[in-house]
Amino acid sequence: MSDTHENSVAFVRTETIPEREPPFTASGPVKWMRENLFATPANSILTVLALLFIYLILAKTLPWMLNGIWSTDSLAACREILDGSTGACFSVLTERWNQLLFGFKYPAEFYWRPTLALVLLAVAGAPVLFFDLPRKLLAFTAVYPFLAFWLIWGGTILVPILAFVGVVAGAMVYKRLVTGSFAAGFFGGIGAAIVVWWVGGFLIPEGASDNAMLGAVPSRDLGGFMLNMMLGVTCVSLSVPIGIALALGRQSSMPLIKVICVVFIEFIRGVPLITLLFVASVMLSYFFPPESTVDLFLRVVIMITMFSAAYIAEVIRGGLAALPKGQFEGADSLGLDYAQATRLIILPQALKISIPGIVNVAVGLFKDTTLVSVISMFDLVGMIRGPILASTEWNGVYWELLGFAALLFFVVCYGISQYSQWLERRLATDHR
Amino acid sequence: MTTMTDPPRASFRLSMLLNDTRYRSYTFQAIALLVLIVAFAYLGNNLLTNLSAAGLNIAYDFLDAPAGYDINQRLIEYDSQSSNARAAIVGILNTLLVAFLACVTATVLGVIAGVLRLSKNWLVSKLMAVYVEIFRNIPVLIWIVIIFTIMIAVLPGPREFRGDGATASMVLGSFAFTNRGIYIPAPVWGPGSMMVVITFIASLIGVFAYRRYAKNLLYSTGRLLPMGWPSLAIFFVPSIVMFFIMGQPIGLDIPELKGFNFKGGIKIGGPLIALWIALSVYTGAFIAENVRAGIQAVSKGQTEAAGALGLRPGRIMNLVVLPQALRVIIPPLISQYLNITKNSSLAIAVGYADVTATLGGITLNQTGRAIECVVLLMLFYLTISLSISFIMNIYNNSVKLKER
Repeated sequence: MSDTHENSVAFVRTETIPEREPPFTASGPVKWMRENLFATPANSILTVLALLFIYLILAKTLPWMLNGIWSTDSLAACREILDGSTGACFSVLTERWNQLLFGFKYPAEFYWRPTLALVLLAVAGAPVLFFDLPRKLLAFTAVYPFLAFWLIWGGTILVPILAFVGVVAGAMVYKRLVTGSFAAGFFGGIGAAIVVWWVGGFLIPEGASDNAMLGAVPSRDLGGFMLNMMLGVTCVSLSVPIGIALALGRQSSMPLIKVICVVFIEFIRGVPLITLLFVASVMLSYFFPPESTVDLFLRVVIMITMFSAAYIAEVIRGGLAALPKGQFEGADSLGLDYAQATRLIILPQALKISIPGIVNVAVGLFKDTTLVSVISMFDLVGMIRGPILASTEWNGVYWELLGFAALLFFVVCYGISQYSQWLERRLATDHR
Repeated sequence: MTTMTDPPRASFRLSMLLNDTRYRSYTFQAIALLVLIVAFAYLGNNLLTNLSAAGLNIAYDFLDAPAGYDINQRLIEYDSQSSNARAAIVGILNTLLVAFLACVTATVLGVIAGVLRLSKNWLVSKLMAVYVEIFRNIPVLIWIVIIFTIMIAVLPGPREFRGDGATASMVLGSFAFTNRGIYIPAPVWGPGSMMVVITFIASLIGVFAYRRYAKNLLYSTGRLLPMGWPSLAIFFVPSIVMFFIMGQPIGLDIPELKGFNFKGGIKIGGPLIALWIALSVYTGAFIAENVRAGIQAVSKGQTEAAGALGLRPGRIMNLVVLPQALRVIIPPLISQYLNITKNSSLAIAVGYADVTATLGGITLNQTGRAIECVVLLMLFYLTISLSISFIMNIYNNSVKLKER
């Protein structure tokens, strides 16, 4: 066979040609660009437009940022140094750093207290956010709210201790009674806590805060980004249990309970947060007993908590609706009563489904805490638009301040949403 | 057999109210009702005590009293002698105006960004991802303030249009972009302009009729009529012809610089524009995510099957992908519209006279009628929300999958 062509074919290659590099246009970055940036003429135009857009943005902002000045004490001094060239005046951030974070009335010598509270918040939040951490850390999470209250507001330590003792008493009564019936445990626990607080109220002497270890700070002195963080964390953590209760109430077979929950949820979701804040600032005080003085911070917390509870209730309702009917029926056929079935079978699954939604509500709520600046509370936006821009030194430094506020919110909110995505992957137990 | 006889009918005992599941729900509801009544009685009592202590009462006659303040941006006649109710109506119209404008632009922006985010062009899809993340994660209040600041800082003041050494000029000779707002030409309706408007409306109906006819023809005979250019022709040609037949009855009132400010034309105030842009780009980012999710929800097999049937890409999009994607997109889209309406209440931060700023702001502060004003304000927003969710329910029922 092999010599058939011996005379007809002049040359037969007997070894393979060595491999060569692919052509320049079909490999590496050029290929990638051809496929991803310049695949079709329309695509090429889009790419060029996008590049132009990016260039325009960078050409404006980069020199401005790189040329920034960090160490003057007024806008006029900044302009003097810049001498007509473009450049940011970031010194407003360094000079007013504490005001931006803590507000302009919080005593300067106490700044370490909210800072410490923030650090401890990370410690207390960790076991809640990351399930792999040892469960014993949750003990600190339970103590944290009282500790943070004491750190931020100061005053006598007896008040947070009393509050904590009341909660512990309630928890113990609940543990004892819950084996009999959930309702007895629940209401018994609340009753015990109230009794402890009421009795303990007489034990705290008048004027105990005057010479306390940590000086007392009234709530109206809170401000800056600290106020946003406090409102966000407090309201979200308070509104999750209320939201669960509302969602269960809305699913309830008892018509009266259902109607109450539906009316509440739809009412709150139908009005903008700002009207609820108006209620907090001008209307709510009419509904409290005449001699009481409930401060604005607490009134705002009440209204924002109601607001986010209604939204969280809707998210959890979605989770409840997504559960297959067999779960409810299975729980019933095991002989579990409503409280047991809800606690052991329904809620763990429904909450898992609703976690991304709850985190979305939390992010939205945290962004909405800036609205308190409209009812003249000095949160981060309120500080910028109020005292700082109105001062003679910094009148006109818009970009640096607003950009800083935007950056701060972006970091926190983007972080939370990345966490939510991680959690979603982590909790995915189905094999799809 | 014990089952042959009826089980003994136990008489009702009081303990059954707690232990028997048949009656327990009545106990709980009774307790809930009692708690509700006590709570309302307590709050109402506090309210009455506090009001009488402050010498106030609940009355709505302040609505008829003259408001005593001016509103720059208004759609209907209003002056400072008009009643508070009139001021509230001006505010309501302003709210609806900015909400409507923002809904339209946010939808356009959101759809473009959502589609481009799925683009195969790496740069463009990343750019859109950055847009979505940046705008979703920063409070809308900050965006409103930033855009309002941009307007004031970047756009020229009216006096820069003056004289020979003017540093700013009007776009196309008729649009003036100033830091006080944008001035655009206003139409002047001459005699006979009615005919042009009627022709325009008639041709609008004509376009729909033609498309319907073409569709019916396609479904019944399979004959395909051209859609694009005849629609355009029906839309434009008759109105333009009528415009010239009637002797150009519609003129333009072009804004002019007189004294310290522009006169004539329509003024769109700076706060309105800032609010409009901010709400549009902010909500546009959310809508982009909804659009992306909707398109991704249509399984790839649908596109491939349509391709296998021999449909061209444009028709695949129109006839197969979009109808299914819209089913997913529209419900969240409508709740975004609701959010725009509610977020428009942030107008108060830039001084746009929406209903929160007139009724809930100046009127409230001047008359001191806090409860009445806030209640009216809530009623307004509640009405809007409930009617939008009513519409949404109707839509949801109409597009629900017709399952066998």
